[in-house]
Amino acid sequence: SVELDVFVGNTTIMDKEVYQLWLNGYTVNDAVKVRIDGGIMEECEASVEVLLSDTMDQYRTFQMCERLLHHPTKLANQLLFQIPPDRQAMLIERYYAFDDAFAREVLGKKLSKGTKKDLDDVSAKTNITLKSCRRQFDNFKRVFKVVEELKGPLVENIRQHFLLPDQLARDYAAVVFFANNRFETGKKKLQYLTFQDFALCAGQLINNWTLGAVDNMMEDMDVDLDKEFLQDLKELKILITDKDLLDQHKSLVCTALRGKTNVFTEMEANFKNLSRGLVNIAAKLINAKDVRDFFIDLVEKFIEPCRSDRWTSIDVNLYLTHYTNSAHILDTFKHHSVWTRYMGVIKSCILRMYHE
Amino acid sequence: MPGKLKAKIVAGRHLPVMDRASDLTDAFVEVKFGNTTFKTDVYPKSLNPQWNSEWFKFEVDDEDLQDEPLQITVLDHDTYSANDAIGKVYIDIDPLLCSEAATVISGWLPIYDTIHGIRGEINVLVKVDLFNDLNRFRQSSCGIKFFCTTSVPRCYRAVMVHGFVEELVVNEDPEYQWIDRIRTPRASNEARQRLIFLMSGELQRKIGLKVLEMGGNAVVGYLQCFDLEGESGLVVRAIGTACTLEKISTLPSTATQPSNSSPSKDMKDSLQAAPSTFGCRSTHSSPVHSASSRLSQGFSVSVPTLLFSGMGSGGSAGKEAGPLKALLRQQTQSALEQREYPFFTLTSFPSGFLLHVGGVVSARSVKLLDRIHNPDEPETRDAWWEEIRQEIKSHVKALGCHAVVGYSESTSICEEVCILSASGTAAILSSRFMQDGSLDVEHRLSRQPVVFTSGADRVEGDMGSSASLGFEEVAPPGCGFCHIPYDELNIPFPAQLTYCYCCRRNKVPDVLFTTIDLPTEANVTGKGCLIQARLCRTKKKGQGEGNATAISNLLPFLEYELHTQLMNKLKLRGMNALFGLRIQISVGETMLLGLASATGVYLTALPSPGGIQIAGKTPSDITYEQHISNMQKKINDTIAKNKELFDVNPPEVVEEIIGSPIPEPRQRSRLFRSHSESSDEVSELDLSHGKKDTFVLEIDDTDAVEDIHALLTDSPTPPGFYSCNTEIMPGIQNWTSAIQMFTSVRVFRLNNANLTNQGLNKIFTDLCENLLKSFYFKLRSLTPCCLCHLNFTVAIPEDELIQVAVTAVAMSFDKDQALENGRHGGEKTQIKAIHENDEQLQFNLELNPDSTKGLADISGSHPSAKAPSVDYSSFADRCSSWIEQLRLKAHTMRRGSIKTTSSLEKNSPLPEGRSRSLRSNRSYSGGSVAVVKMTPLSFIPGAKIIKYLGIINMFFIRETTSLREEGGVSGFLHSFIAEVFAMVRAHVAALGGNAVVSYSMKECVFMENPNKNQAQCLINVSGDAVIFVQESELEATSVQPQSATTQTSNGGEGT
Repeated sequence: SVELDVFVGNTTIMDKEVYQLWLNGYTVNDAVKVRIDGGIMEECEASVEVLLSDTMDQYRTFQMCERLLHHPTKLANQLLFQIPPDRQAMLIERYYAFDDAFAREVLGKKLSKGTKKDLDDVSAKTNITLKSCRRQFDNFKRVFKVVEELKGPLVENIRQHFLLPDQLARDYAAVVFFANNRFETGKKKLQYLTFQDFALCAGQLINNWTLGAVDNMMEDMDVDLDKEFLQDLKELKILITDKDLLDQHKSLVCTALRGKTNVFTEMEANFKNLSRGLVNIAAKLINAKDVRDFFIDLVEKFIEPCRSDRWTSIDVNLYLTHYTNSAHILDTFKHHSVWTRYMGVIKSCILRMYHE
Repeated sequence: MPGKLKAKIVAGRHLPVMDRASDLTDAFVEVKFGNTTFKTDVYPKSLNPQWNSEWFKFEVDDEDLQDEPLQITVLDHDTYSANDAIGKVYIDIDPLLCSEAATVISGWLPIYDTIHGIRGEINVLVKVDLFNDLNRFRQSSCGIKFFCTTSVPRCYRAVMVHGFVEELVVNEDPEYQWIDRIRTPRASNEARQRLIFLMSGELQRKIGLKVLEMGGNAVVGYLQCFDLEGESGLVVRAIGTACTLEKISTLPSTATQPSNSSPSKDMKDSLQAAPSTFGCRSTHSSPVHSASSRLSQGFSVSVPTLLFSGMGSGGSAGKEAGPLKALLRQQTQSALEQREYPFFTLTSFPSGFLLHVGGVVSARSVKLLDRIHNPDEPETRDAWWEEIRQEIKSHVKALGCHAVVGYSESTSICEEVCILSASGTAAILSSRFMQDGSLDVEHRLSRQPVVFTSGADRVEGDMGSSASLGFEEVAPPGCGFCHIPYDELNIPFPAQLTYCYCCRRNKVPDVLFTTIDLPTEANVTGKGCLIQARLCRTKKKGQGEGNATAISNLLPFLEYELHTQLMNKLKLRGMNALFGLRIQISVGETMLLGLASATGVYLTALPSPGGIQIAGKTPSDITYEQHISNMQKKINDTIAKNKELFDVNPPEVVEEIIGSPIPEPRQRSRLFRSHSESSDEVSELDLSHGKKDTFVLEIDDTDAVEDIHALLTDSPTPPGFYSCNTEIMPGIQNWTSAIQMFTSVRVFRLNNANLTNQGLNKIFTDLCENLLKSFYFKLRSLTPCCLCHLNFTVAIPEDELIQVAVTAVAMSFDKDQALENGRHGGEKTQIKAIHENDEQLQFNLELNPDSTKGLADISGSHPSAKAPSVDYSSFADRCSSWIEQLRLKAHTMRRGSIKTTSSLEKNSPLPEGRSRSLRSNRSYSGGSVAVVKMTPLSFIPGAKIIKYLGIINMFFIRETTSLREEGGVSGFLHSFIAEVFAMVRAHVAALGGNAVVSYSMKECVFMENPNKNQAQCLINVSGDAVIFVQESELEATSVQPQSATTQTSNGGEGT
């Protein structure tokens, strides 16, 4: 029996396909099976032994590389493996790539040991191997730990420290942002939302509601919401507490929408409820607990009522546009900038979260 | 005090965490040379310390500079307990002692620990100031250049080839000293590493002294080996070829090389002084230790080919120790006697140097090891090698030759038994290089297409001038080396001679085996391929002399069978010559392993090989006949298939031009295709070939069954792959710059203790075959490609283990040259024209002065400068007799060379095709670590080597007591080999280089004890550190070659 079998190239040989299988948490034997099913044996006149030997070699190489991948910047100036730069980029990108299904499961959860212990449930639910789940979780945690203390823009920090492509860095920013603010995403009512839905919302929040969003020069972090802004949001309550203002707002919106939508009557009937819902969300955001419920509130207070009235996305868009704009015409309403900053994000989030 | 060594410790990075509490390290560095130690300050609490130390200065003798490595130890400061060692860096400062090599060592070097492997990196600066050497009676040999490359290094020309140099030093192995029982494994490993560093340095210095004394300035084909003799000690030995090299400035802009002439002048000055100082080997005068029993058995195998093998000629059989001692004593201090061995470790030669090749000569002897009682007196081991070399010499004489080329020596040790082997190729050499003539050595390999053409041009030019002058024999370039050197009427072994298929003037053998590389100018039909013969033979466990005798009785049979296998496989591929033949015999407790590797080719000059004929001894029943004819058919089909695969279609043109007296090969294959009765076929064959002993395998013979089995189980290389164990692959020239060097190791455990020879053979064959298959699979992305310099090393590390280690380089090439040629036809001719102009220019620069020098020689203006040593009187006679024939041949030869040129023109690949791939590769550069290419070949495709920075010779030990945790034996060895590569690359980069050529892993000793969760491995690697520039860049960088050079270290893709 072959007791020892190694192959080392001066340039480290790495097969993308095998790397993916390794990342996906396949055992060597399973990986060999997948490769055989892929028809590589016929293609290359290879035998099972050759495949097994090659897969083992590559798995070993990846394992040795793994500790370098934990600090991607080290990969470029380490001496142990001679890897062409384009390959390095591929290794890093794939190592840090994650499954949306997995991210959806841990989104907003504390990245703690406890959560890690529950990963077998996640694995069973998502059909992603436990090994892969652990890697993805550790990646989340590692990125979180590094950028948590860093100043400056979140996405840029992630991109620079982990040498990730832009989109992936944005997704990580979403994960970090959710984990930091502990947004509730696990409730049954939120189950229909995908990771990408939340990622877009996170992007909106990061870009508009954090301190970094107002002033790039501010020596503060992107991961926390702008406290001052949250405070100011309380002022918006006047839109629902002042009866005149509420009526005036409603009539302005109704005038604008009349004849332009099929759900006009429902809209007209529901206006006050919907407006109260959105403004109340704004007013409560100063409490950390209510921040966590931000998404569930959006669903319960706005999305669900609209959906039960069979609004289309176009209807929602139309309504929110006019709802936002009309407020600026109100005589006694003074909080224009806070309103714009608030409603811009709310509108984008709701439109993304509104699945017909 | 002729030298000052200066070292500066700049910084560290990626250090391991040494203090668990703080997750940090308080690192400082000890810099040690000889007995002097300096320390840096402690850089507290950092994994990336910035020491920025002062310059530590060591004032030392240059002798010590050559022997000692600079030892850098990184430690973690601990206030309360002893400081913990993090790891060490050994820096060989030899490259800094030669004015033409590196000037500074600067860069990040891995910090290595024998237990933990690489632990971070350290940035150092090392310089040497050498003072003028006032002492003429010196012990040092600073300035002698060493090359692992077994040809004249590119960018040098050989002014003179002085000949064989050898030396060995012995010591006690620290692992077996009593103190080892009380020290840690780490201390023991480090003692061993350091000792071997010291011994290598000493060995190199002593060889250098010999070279100085011969009047040379360089050692080419330097081959250093270790014999780990266990209890009886540690032997470091080296052989090489002393030369006088002269740098040629290939770049117009590097013409400012300051070092061109001075060294050789120095040499001459020191020549008078040297003999008296040549006292390092005075130990010979003391009597030879008689403790060891000599077991060299008289045996010689002669077989119907040119492989002249044996483990001792008849003459040496009954030789007593006495005369040998006397011989040795005579040799003592006699420089002339040193050159009694006309051996050359070179495997390829300047054109015109190699005149004729006789065949392979080899000698083996079995010895019983005994403790080396006094390390200062290595004469026992010396005597053993002297004996072997004498044997080789007598074989050479028997082949009518006067020199051995492609010479190498090796050992295999198992417990107290040691097999010494030496082999080479008997040859006749031109005396031009032995005298003070100079010859241009151009680097045709690296610039395949263009240079090939130019090579042919030059050869023609050479011939024209010399032939008209008639001053020396010049063989036809394409076939001359095949012509038999021995007397036709007094052939030392049975062989079939025919007239040369190229020139029709001289006799050639039917098959030619050599240990050298295929001469670049050789006429070859088709492509070549790797041919291996593998053999396992069981033997009884034994001890002492009984065991040794048993082994020496087995050896000739082993060699004979290996040879038969080689022959069969060669014929199966329709080829007629082997190059780079290397037969390795490894000894274990219960078995012997034999592995012969070579590259088979079809030499146009030699006759087409006959087929393989199977005959039954007792043709009784019909089914048996059927069986035989089936097998015959299978074999014939395979031959036909192989001929197609390797483009082996002997040119019919030959016949049309000259009119062949020998039947066409095609006719013969037709004969084979008809499956008539075997007896008829044999007679037909006899008629057509005039051969009495075409390969007839009698199938009743169990060996023959085995042979046939082995023949047919060799799986063919998959499409897109070629393989060889030589420097170049005939038929492939248009390499791209994509190369991938690799090392692969497999260890097989024999689970069944009672295996038969056949069973063992199958296992061994499968092991080798499966390795090759794995390579083909792993490297599939490089196709079309050729695995070059496939070097298999077998060992029996334990009773039931077989270890095979392979190092090779995969080089891809442009496949559709014809297609590309068509597409870029216009551009191509233009560019080619430019290249040709370049070449012309080079001739003017390099060749013309040479030829005038040559003229001066003839007129006898430097009689005193002639090589003082080699006794080539018989050779001289031979030469003069050849001159007449040469004149007659001149016409034909010229025609031949024209033919070569035109055929090569057809093959010449696209320069722009290559540069295109280069450009796309370059875009990937820009990483912070410079790319260092590694290759076992002496050249880098598509690039020009512009500077040799010195020899890399590194020895590492790695040990673990947590084998499972490190991924088992495979994980352990995998990371160790990766670490060795990394350290080689880092040291090359620190010397300012961007590649290692002629790289080899000479030792890989692996021991394991899985029960104890332990393993240990020793690896020795060597090569030449160089700076190369891509050819495409070379054209662009005529202004600032130096800066361009350093930049190219990032250029090109990884290797």
